[in-house]
Amino acid sequence: MLRIYCPYCESVRDEDEFHCVGEAHIKRPERPDELSDQAWGEYLHFRTNPRGEHREIWHHVVGCRQHFNVVRDTETYEIKSVYRVGEEPSSAADSDA
Amino acid sequence: MTQHYSFLQLIRQAINHHEGWKPAWNSVEPKDSYDIVVVGGGGHGLATAYYLAKNHGITDVAVLEKGWIGGGNTGRNTTIVRSNYLRDEAAHLYEFALKLWEGLSNELNFNVMFSQRGVLNVGHSLQDMRDIERRVNANLLNGIDGEVLGPSDIQKIVPLLDCSPQNRYPVLGASWQPRGGVARHDAVAWGYARAADRLGVDIVEHARVVEIPLERGSHSVEGVVIEHDGERKFIRARKVACVTAGNSGVLASLAGLKLPIESRPLQAFVSEPLKPCLDTVVMSNAVHGYLSQSDKGDLVIGAGTDGYNGYGQRGSFEIIEETAHAICELFPAFSRVRMNRQWGGIVDICPDACPIIGRMPVPGLYFNCGWGTGGFKATPGSGFVFAHTIAEDHPHPLAAPFGVERFHSGALIDEHGAAGVAH
Ligand SMILES: Cc1cc2nc3c(=O)[nH]c(=O)nc-3n(C[C@H](O)[C@H](O)[C@H](O)COP(=O)(O)OP(=O)(O)OC[C@H]3O[C@@H](n4cnc5c(N)ncnc54)[C@H](O)[C@@H]3O)c2cc1C
Ligand SMILES: [Zn+2]
Repeated sequence: MLRIYCPYCESVRDEDEFHCVGEAHIKRPERPDELSDQAWGEYLHFRTNPRGEHREIWHHVVGCRQHFNVVRDTETYEIKSVYRVGEEPSSAADSDA
Repeated sequence: MTQHYSFLQLIRQAINHHEGWKPAWNSVEPKDSYDIVVVGGGGHGLATAYYLAKNHGITDVAVLEKGWIGGGNTGRNTTIVRSNYLRDEAAHLYEFALKLWEGLSNELNFNVMFSQRGVLNVGHSLQDMRDIERRVNANLLNGIDGEVLGPSDIQKIVPLLDCSPQNRYPVLGASWQPRGGVARHDAVAWGYARAADRLGVDIVEHARVVEIPLERGSHSVEGVVIEHDGERKFIRARKVACVTAGNSGVLASLAGLKLPIESRPLQAFVSEPLKPCLDTVVMSNAVHGYLSQSDKGDLVIGAGTDGYNGYGQRGSFEIIEETAHAICELFPAFSRVRMNRQWGGIVDICPDACPIIGRMPVPGLYFNCGWGTGGFKATPGSGFVFAHTIAEDHPHPLAAPFGVERFHSGALIDEHGAAGVAH
C-alpha cells in the first residue's frame, strides 16, 4: 500500500484514496490540425514506461479531488517528490511519505 | 541426445530407480555470434525459437534469459486458455493458438497437461448479457465454439457458484467455451525449451541484455550486449527478437525506441489444497475475479492489475482485498479457504489490450509484446507467427494486423472489455 502526500490536503493518505491518471508532462499538441499521424500516435499512445523514476499524475479521488504530480520509482516504489500541477519537480520537494 | 519420453522409457527408468534421467535441456555458454538472438526465455520466446528451427530450418539461434527459463509471467500466470475473443483479428489469432494447444503435448513430446475443462464467462447485468450474446455470436461466425447459458445451466456445471437472484451482482448468464481450459505453465516453458534444444537452439540462462548496439551508417541492429557471469559480452546477431513481456519498454529504450505499452503488476493467489470441487474455469468481469482448481487441489485465483506502473513483482494490497470480495461474492463457500501463496508478474499493457507482433523501425529488430494480462493462452500461436515474421522479414497473415504501425494509422483492435475479462 502506497502512502501518498497530497499537496492540497497537506497530509499523507492511503493509496486507495487516489487514482493514478498516468504519465505526467505530456503536452497536448498546440496545433492539432497540423499534426501528422505519426505525431498523433506518439502523443496518444507512446509512453516512457521506465524501470526507475517515473513522473505521473495522481488524482485525490475520494479526498479533495485535485490533480497533482508525483515522481515515483517504479522499481522501489519510493515516492521521490510531490508537486502541484503547473510546477516542475524539484529534488527538494518535500514528502516524507 | 535427449531422451524420448514414453511409457516404455518410464518403465526402463523405473527399473534403474529413476537415476538415468537426463536434463531436459542444456543451459549453455553463449557463442560470439548467432543468426538470430531471441531475448527472453518465457513461453513466447522459447516457442519462437522452436518454430524458427522447426518450421524455417533456422537453428543458429540463441534464447537469452536474464533469470531462469519460465521465471517471468509464463511461470506466474493463472493458465487460462480460451479463444472466445470478439474482434476477428484477435479471434483468429487465439483460435489458431488453441488449435496448436490441442496437439501440443504430442508435438513437444512433453505433457503440458492441457485440460479442456471449459471456460465460463459470467454476466451480472443486462449489458453484460448483451455483450456476451454479441461475443458468442461473433465467435460462432468465426468457427469458434461457444454457447450462451442461463443460470440453471450454469448451476449444473458449477454447483458451488452462488446463482441466487437476490445477490447484489446476480448471475444472469454466461458464455461457455467447452474447448477452453487450463495447462501446466512450467511444462509449457520446459517443453518448448527441451524441444528447441533438441533442434540445436542454444538456451542461455542468467544472461541479461543490457545494450542493443546499432550499426553506425545503416542504423540496423549489430547484436546485443549481455551481462553473464558478472561479465559483459557482445554477441553479434543478424536479427534480434525481443520477447520480454513487462520489460519490453526497457528493451525498446535500449534501441532508442518507445512503445505504446505500460507495465504493471498483476497478481495471483493459490489456496490450500481442497478436495475436488470446481472442474471448470469461472471468470467474472463485473466483480473481477477468476478461478479454477488445479490438479493438486488448490484454488488458482487471478485478480486485477495495480492502478499504476510498477516493476515490483508483488502487487498492491488493495487488489488482494478486491479479489477476496469478488471470490466470496461468487463462491460464498470459499470464504473460509486459506490462501497459501501470493505473487505478481509484470504485465505489458497496450491501449487496445492486443499484442504487438512484428518489425520495429530499426532494421533487424523485432518485438513480440503487449500480451498484457492474457498472453499465456496464445503461447504456441504467438511463437509460430512471430517465427514466420522474423524468418521471412514479413508479417505472418495472422500477425499482420498486430504491427506497431496500428498506433499511428489508428487501426486499433479494441479488445478491451470486449473479451469477457482481459485474461
Ligand atoms: C498473475 C498473472 C496471471 C495471468 N493469467 C493469465 C491467464 O490466465 N491466461 C493467459 O492467457 N494469460 C495470463 N497472464 C498473462 C501471461 O502470463 C503472459 O501474457 C505470458 O505468459 C507472456 O509470456 P512471455 O513469454 O511473453 O513473457 P515472460 O514469461 O514474462 O517471459 C519474458 C522473459 O524475458 C526475460 N527478460 C526480461 N528482460 C530481459 C533482459 N533484459 N534480458 C534477458 N531476458 C530478459 C524475463 O526474465 C522473462 O523470463 C497472466 C499474467 C500474470 C502475471
Ligand atoms: Zn487532497
